[in-house]
Amino acid sequence: MLASQEKNTEYEDNTTIETKKTGNSVYKVDQLNLWYGEDQALKNIELDIPEQEVTAIIGPSGCGKSTFIKTLNRLTEMIPSVKTSGGIYYRNQDIFDKKYKVELLRTKVGMVFQQPNPFPKSIYENIVYGPKIHGIKDKKVLDEIVENSLKGAALWEEVKDDLKRNAFGLSGGQQQRLCIARCLAIEPDVLLMDEPTSALDPISTLKIEELVQELKKNYSIIIVTHNMQQAGRISDNTAFFLNGEVVEYDQTDKIFSSPDDKRTEDYISGRFG
Amino acid sequence: MKEVSQENTSGTPTEYLSAPSNLPKREWKNRLFRTIFATAVIFSLLMLLILIIRIITQGIGSIDWQLFTNFASRHPDEAGLKAPLIGTIWMMALTGPISFVLGVGTAIYLEEYAKPNRFTTLIQTNISNLAGVPSVVFGLLGLTLFVRELSMGRSLIAGALTMSLLILPIIVVSSQEALRAVPAELKQASYAMGATTWQTIFKVVLPASVPGILTGTILALSRAIGETAPLIMIGALTYIAFLPESIMSQFTVMPIQIFNWTNRPQEEFHMVAAAGIIVLLVMLLVMNSIAVWIRNKFQRRF
Repeated sequence: MLASQEKNTEYEDNTTIETKKTGNSVYKVDQLNLWYGEDQALKNIELDIPEQEVTAIIGPSGCGKSTFIKTLNRLTEMIPSVKTSGGIYYRNQDIFDKKYKVELLRTKVGMVFQQPNPFPKSIYENIVYGPKIHGIKDKKVLDEIVENSLKGAALWEEVKDDLKRNAFGLSGGQQQRLCIARCLAIEPDVLLMDEPTSALDPISTLKIEELVQELKKNYSIIIVTHNMQQAGRISDNTAFFLNGEVVEYDQTDKIFSSPDDKRTEDYISGRFG
Repeated sequence: MKEVSQENTSGTPTEYLSAPSNLPKREWKNRLFRTIFATAVIFSLLMLLILIIRIITQGIGSIDWQLFTNFASRHPDEAGLKAPLIGTIWMMALTGPISFVLGVGTAIYLEEYAKPNRFTTLIQTNISNLAGVPSVVFGLLGLTLFVRELSMGRSLIAGALTMSLLILPIIVVSSQEALRAVPAELKQASYAMGATTWQTIFKVVLPASVPGILTGTILALSRAIGETAPLIMIGALTYIAFLPESIMSQFTVMPIQIFNWTNRPQEEFHMVAAAGIIVLLVMLLVMNSIAVWIRNKFQRRF
């Protein structure tokens, strides 16, 4: 969090826009295939995901969008039957390389899940979980991380009076923002969000969407959503997935106004999915 | 079904449902099965009650301070439980940690580390089958392996190791259940932050599953406390007039002493045996209560 604060001040000092649009990509996906046993869930995925922008992944249920985002931090490995081919390059490093440490990747790439999944611990303990794992023990530093992370996730004002409260006592929307704060605590570079608002009410959803707009100043965000309006509202780029393939990937404005592919148009206009 | 609904468009659908009622028959069946199941409950409760009443009426008179301070004796009125009582406590103190470490370790490996393949399936099947192996067989194993091959003699440690093997499958299976009950979302949250498997186990999985694991272990131990056959196989003594001094000492335990007393012709010994059973039952009850208490105290909802 300290680093991101520095980033913020940098913006205020001089050029906001130039530093933001670096044109670099955080992820390069090269001919990625993925199988669950015999079933192929991802086919020849090719994507370049730009830095400090919001990239939305849309598509009907079962099109592989959740599988794809979970491959980006190699969480799909937890399922024993999964096999992959092709490459994913995070900051030009092959994440499937045998020497590449998956723990390091996941430190740089935070993830927010569909269902809010705080640990059955206090708010404070939830936030310091990541930093403690990575060896930070100093109480002062931890306190600072907690405050900054909660502020970063727009939750600080609501919970600052009682950080020892059990996280399960929070509302669904608050829990989800706590999970975002928990990710921010390990100072990631990328945030993966797997349908982060699908279990939330409209007001909580709005708060998360506003938060995403705020967060993209400092983080590259990849968000899976089955809500097209949401993709339209918050993302800079959109990839449309269908049956495990990328049908179209372009700037969000382009996808929503004049898509190249007929199937994209049909999906966007609600003719299927 | 389509045809029926079309025909019924003139009449109301309820007419169709309420027509030739088989309700009396269904109600009668319902009552029949309720009676069968209730009888099963009453039967087993009644048996348990008879047992407890019989034991208490027979043994309560023999429960006095002497019972706990005297060693076994040829004279029923002087016979006490000191050696088997201490022996059982030693036994539990040794069996508990050994079986806990081995059992929970196995469960954690199988659930969190091992990749599911034919080999782990084989291990899994064997563990489930081991739970059904008669305890006498474990006694034979203990006799061959610990008493003879490893020349531990008829010692406490040989007995405790045998007992640990006996209850190991129960602990493994119940610990696996407890580990499996930890929501995958919590584990994913931990892994997604760059935690190693061990960090995830220690900080997320174990805190959530420890109540279940402890409950299973205590229930398994309370099975071990009443086991006689394997200890007779490895040659635990029925009459000793000394306390175990180390894990290499010879020993006896409560059920063996009780078994010995009930085999004597004198009626008075049967009464002492009943008193021994009461003590054993109280020990079991205490252990099970601890298990229930742990389960309730640490129960968490996800």
